Amino acid sequence: MTAVPRSEIDEVLGELKSLIEGQLGDDLLVADVAHGELSITVQANTLPRVLQWLRDDPNTLFKELVDVCGVDYPDRPQRFDVVYHLLSMHHNQRIRVRVLTDEATPVPSVTGLFRSAGWFEREAWDMYGIMFADHPDLRRLLTDYGFEGHPLRKDFPLTGYVEMRYDEEQQRVIYEPVKLRQDFRNFDFLSPWEGAQDLLPGDEKAEEPAG
Amino acid sequence: MNEVDLRSFTVNFGPQHPAAHGVLRLVLEMDGEVVERADPHIGLLHRGTEKLIEYRPYLQNIPYFDRLDYCSMLCQEHAYVLAVEKLLAVDVPERALYIRVLMDEMTRILNHLLNIATMALDCGAMTPLLWMFEEREKLMTFYERVSGARMHANYYRFGGVNRDLPAGFAEDVLAWCDQFEPLFADMDRLLSDNRIFKQRTVDIGVVSAEDALNLGFSGPMLRASGVAWDLRKAEPYAAYERLDFDIPVGKNGDCWDRYLVRVLEIGESLKLMRQAIREMPKGPVRTDDKKMTPPPRAEMKRSMEALIHHFKLYTEGVHVPAGEVYAAVESGKGEFAVYLVADGTNRPYRCKIRSPGYVHLQALDEMCKGHQLADVVAVIGSMDIVFGEIDR
Repeated sequence: MTAVPRSEIDEVLGELKSLIEGQLGDDLLVADVAHGELSITVQANTLPRVLQWLRDDPNTLFKELVDVCGVDYPDRPQRFDVVYHLLSMHHNQRIRVRVLTDEATPVPSVTGLFRSAGWFEREAWDMYGIMFADHPDLRRLLTDYGFEGHPLRKDFPLTGYVEMRYDEEQQRVIYEPVKLRQDFRNFDFLSPWEGAQDLLPGDEKAEEPAG
Repeated sequence: MNEVDLRSFTVNFGPQHPAAHGVLRLVLEMDGEVVERADPHIGLLHRGTEKLIEYRPYLQNIPYFDRLDYCSMLCQEHAYVLAVEKLLAVDVPERALYIRVLMDEMTRILNHLLNIATMALDCGAMTPLLWMFEEREKLMTFYERVSGARMHANYYRFGGVNRDLPAGFAEDVLAWCDQFEPLFADMDRLLSDNRIFKQRTVDIGVVSAEDALNLGFSGPMLRASGVAWDLRKAEPYAAYERLDFDIPVGKNGDCWDRYLVRVLEIGESLKLMRQAIREMPKGPVRTDDKKMTPPPRAEMKRSMEALIHHFKLYTEGVHVPAGEVYAAVESGKGEFAVYLVADGTNRPYRCKIRSPGYVHLQALDEMCKGHQLADVVAVIGSMDIVFGEIDR
């Protein structure tokens, strides 16, 4: 589909990967190439240094920070991924840099290196509650004024907690707990033949020893 | 010397303001008529699209992408479809690739016409709006003919497009192109060198190439600053690598250059539409993989397997192998991309939508600093922002 065959892309990305491996050493945790994209995972505290090197080194020149976003894996101790996508127009390459963090540990902000990071980091804070150290203006961005919680976390319900309406008597907008006429329907489509993990009602009794 | 207590004046611009292009609330700190600081408050149109996407099967998510930036619907579907196709490793038939180019370019014209017309209106010119919106209506009837919906097409599918172009479609598009070209030339003559329009836009909101990169610009905003970067050339998708087109690049990075880049891009889009129609091969428009494409209705009457496939496809949907991809397309406003994390089930684990307008609006503060209040309107107009994609 693309102009360059996949094998060639992988070869070029492989070269970039070995360059990065050589440069970063112990700061680099994982580097792999999949689907024609290179992703690396680095230590959170070295992130600004890594991104600065990626931006300024003549072999990389990733001058544009295209995207920053969070991903939530609630089962892990370090539950958040913070994913940075960088673009090098000079070499026509992209790279994905990932750091891991939890709810309490701030990630160093990269607003000093890329001004485009400002709103992306604010959004990650708003949506996931990921903290960024030294961010100049870490306010909520997309949610309502006075909103509580971080809506894109996996443990935040899709319907939220409060709903808003205009109250005729009080002549103002009021917030109330969400009332649903019908429960939100969530179907489990994982085929039972392929190993659903859910217990059927009554199954838990079978596990107990008889008597 | 006496101490003077200087207090800057705060102006609330929006959320309901005709020049805010939607629901932008802008808190402006003014020193007289000069803007000292602009603080955009966004999120008034936030609908939680990314959260909703995590709760729907892959196929049901396509309509959400129409509703992000409601001026370049199909370009956004394209990004999502590309991301899923990358994970599924499915081959798209040739004809579908050309149809996608045709519809993408039509969408780009829709987008640019809206922007040019409303920007002109913001700067005091009303005629372009009246002329160009009529053309937009005509383009939307083409949308309706291929998909059944004027705006929210829901037309692209994993491995192709929903159905083939209707009979006579190509001829009608070509006829529209022929009639549109002189009309657009008229508009160009009317507006581009207009003295008042130039006074409002030339040297307003200048962004250097270096700043544009650091601020994360893409699309016409970046090209107006003199960076020749277009994803259709740099990372060609669909059939763009086989088509011949140019990338207009600006010089000064001011509002007028951004406007001119869009005007010239419309010309290139017309060229691409004609080429796509001329070179479009015959053949299927969707992959024949039965795990992704529903069987034909007639087959379902006779074949048990076809019925099962149809049922599974529309209840459970496609299972996408685990992995993560980033797929970007050149939408009318810039780099629109989807970062998709799949966990092997029938629903995305995470779908981050990277919208160009979001990044551009962030730079409003820098672009407006030191300009007058009336220039803010011109800068917002030249940014081409639509709140559907910024607030998501």
